Amino acid sequence: MSEKKPFSLPVVGEVDRRTTLKAGAATLGLAAWAAALKPMVEWASSLDRDEFFQKHYRELTREQLQVILHKLTFEARKETGKPVTVKDHKPIPGVVFAYALNLSICIGCRKCAEACHVENNHDRPSNQSYIRVFEMQKGGIDFEKGNTTYDRPVPGKDKYYMPVQCQQCENPPCVSACPIEATWQESDGIVVVDYNWCIGCRYCEAACPYHARRFNWTKPEVPPDEVNPNQSYLSNRIRPQGVMEKCTFCLHRTREGRMPACLEACPTGARVFGNILDPDSEIRWVLENKRVFVLKEELGTKPRFYYFFDK
Amino acid sequence: MLGRDALMLSLVVVMSAGCSRSAPAPIELPDPVGPPRFPVVIRKPLEAPKILTGSVDEKGNPISIGCATCHTTNPSNPEARLGTLLTKFHQSLRGQHGHLTCISCHNPDEGYASLRLADGKRLPYSEVMQLCAQCHGPQYRDYLHGAHGGMTGYWDLSRGGRERNNCVDCHHPHAPRYPTVMPARGPNDRFQTRGSHE
Ligand code: HEC
Ligand code: HEC
Ligand code: HEC
Ligand code: HEC
Repeated sequence: MSEKKPFSLPVVGEVDRRTTLKAGAATLGLAAWAAALKPMVEWASSLDRDEFFQKHYRELTREQLQVILHKLTFEARKETGKPVTVKDHKPIPGVVFAYALNLSICIGCRKCAEACHVENNHDRPSNQSYIRVFEMQKGGIDFEKGNTTYDRPVPGKDKYYMPVQCQQCENPPCVSACPIEATWQESDGIVVVDYNWCIGCRYCEAACPYHARRFNWTKPEVPPDEVNPNQSYLSNRIRPQGVMEKCTFCLHRTREGRMPACLEACPTGARVFGNILDPDSEIRWVLENKRVFVLKEELGTKPRFYYFFDK
Repeated sequence: MLGRDALMLSLVVVMSAGCSRSAPAPIELPDPVGPPRFPVVIRKPLEAPKILTGSVDEKGNPISIGCATCHTTNPSNPEARLGTLLTKFHQSLRGQHGHLTCISCHNPDEGYASLRLADGKRLPYSEVMQLCAQCHGPQYRDYLHGAHGGMTGYWDLSRGGRERNNCVDCHHPHAPRYPTVMPARGPNDRFQTRGSHE
């Protein structure tokens, strides 16, 4: 139980909190710790989040994780009055996800971004979403030159549309940028954030060439009757203020075998999702039969999100 | 596995031969060997379309009649085509679909109560996708591979099934161009105020 995370950030208060708390746990011993926490589920309501100290997600035992999930569930139910469940979805062995998007089909209607907004319990006032749709001039391919705020009938003349979300890179620069390993890549390729570990330094946001990470400037505001109650620890549970978040390929759905919300919402059928390790999957067919490309290939990030045109 | 691939191949070849060749392709793929799979259901249009008469029955329900009511007695006009307005009936019917004649899809042998493939084979309206497939091989091939037409449900068919759209859910057969729509509300975050990205 040695301290292995370098704390070299200017955010002194936060770091302090983590270090002391962590040191405290080290003296306790795991079993004792879990046992000590059990009764806390009942008191959860009277507890301050900070008092309920937690280790890094990947170091939690199953029991510890259960306690935490119970507490998060309890809190969310209390706050929203809805039958929220916060689960923990583990990667499925033998599965690596990939996504492909047909730019000849997409019409830029933003239904994907809207579905993401709802599915992932995004902040309502900022109309946050993990997907930005860039309106592009035909002929150009640099999405940085695209416009995200268009507001007239689509598709526009001589335009095409490029939805951009987390590319779930094989070499994710955001992960290496994180000074405390609060974000990492899982075995199915999904890059996740432990919201309870993240200290909000935003290094990862700056490191992402696809502008795919979002910072919670405020605690996300979602009216209780609009909350999506099917939540997961690493994905769409309502985030605390001051932490980073990002697209998780809807792991709370996809790790149950379902399609991501953005795919189901697409009225044009432009999106293809699946397991690249399965030679019979739709995604494999696309990768093998369409001329796919990735964004900013020259950076060597190796995205698992592909784009293609029909002709 | 092999069986499926082989089928795919023959499908592609047959269909890229285009409308001149007559080879309706099967819609359902054979189940690949392996663990049990949940079904992939393709939505189908209800039965043959009907025409509203404008009058109502004693319960107030609108009365509609089938195509054959008029068209079995009248000779069919093989010249009528989309893009040219009809004057005596169906006047409101507007269309734009490669100037196709009506009978390249509607079956005159049955008073238009069914569809017809290029080889003259009758096709119920519910199987309309085979009609589209004979002229749009590439899109149909993509559709069969999940790369056109969208879906809902499970990527992992060993855990759950899928529902798929029909071609005519998205493309009206008379005017198949996908419609222009108003986009959903745009983002309102700090990203867009980064300055206009040159
Ligand atoms: C009330 C009678 C009536 C019904 C019911 C009717 N039609 Fe017609 N239809 C006509 C008449 C009359 C014309 C000729 C219009 C013209 O030439 O201007 C016509 C023309 C057509 C044509 C153009 C080719 C041709 O033979 O003239 C097609 C195709 C057609 N109808 C299809 C249908 C279909 C499909 C239905 C059922 C959904 C249907 N019609 C129902 C009266 C009818
Ligand atoms: C590309 C194939 C195709 C062509 C060409 C075509 N139709 Fe149709 N038509 C269909 C299909 C499929 C339906 C059934 C639509 C549904 O289920 O809603 C239909 C429905 C109809 C209907 C009943 C519903 C409605 O829209 O009123 C009429 C009438 C009709 N067609 C007339 C015509 C006439 C007249 C022409 C030529 C001017 C024509 N069609 C050309 C495929 C075609
Ligand atoms: C007899 C052949 C034929 C059949 C049957 C047929 N089409 Fe077409 N379709 C065409 C032709 C020809 C064009 C025009 C291509 C062009 O203009 O380049 C076309 C164009 C289209 C387009 C592009 C329209 C646009 O304006 O961009 C779509 C979408 C389409 N068809 C869908 C369908 C669907 C769905 C069906 C089945 C209901 C169908 N087609 C049946 C021949 C056919
Ligand atoms: C989920 C909706 C959806 C379904 C289902 C669907 N399509 Fe399409 N299709 C589209 C969209 C969107 C486009 C792009 C249209 C555009 O850019 O205007 C398109 C384009 C096409 C085109 C025109 C391609 C071109 O080069 O212009 C054809 C032909 C076509 N589809 C045929 C089919 C056929 C055949 C089926 C059934 C096997 C089918 N589509 C099912 C949404 C759909």
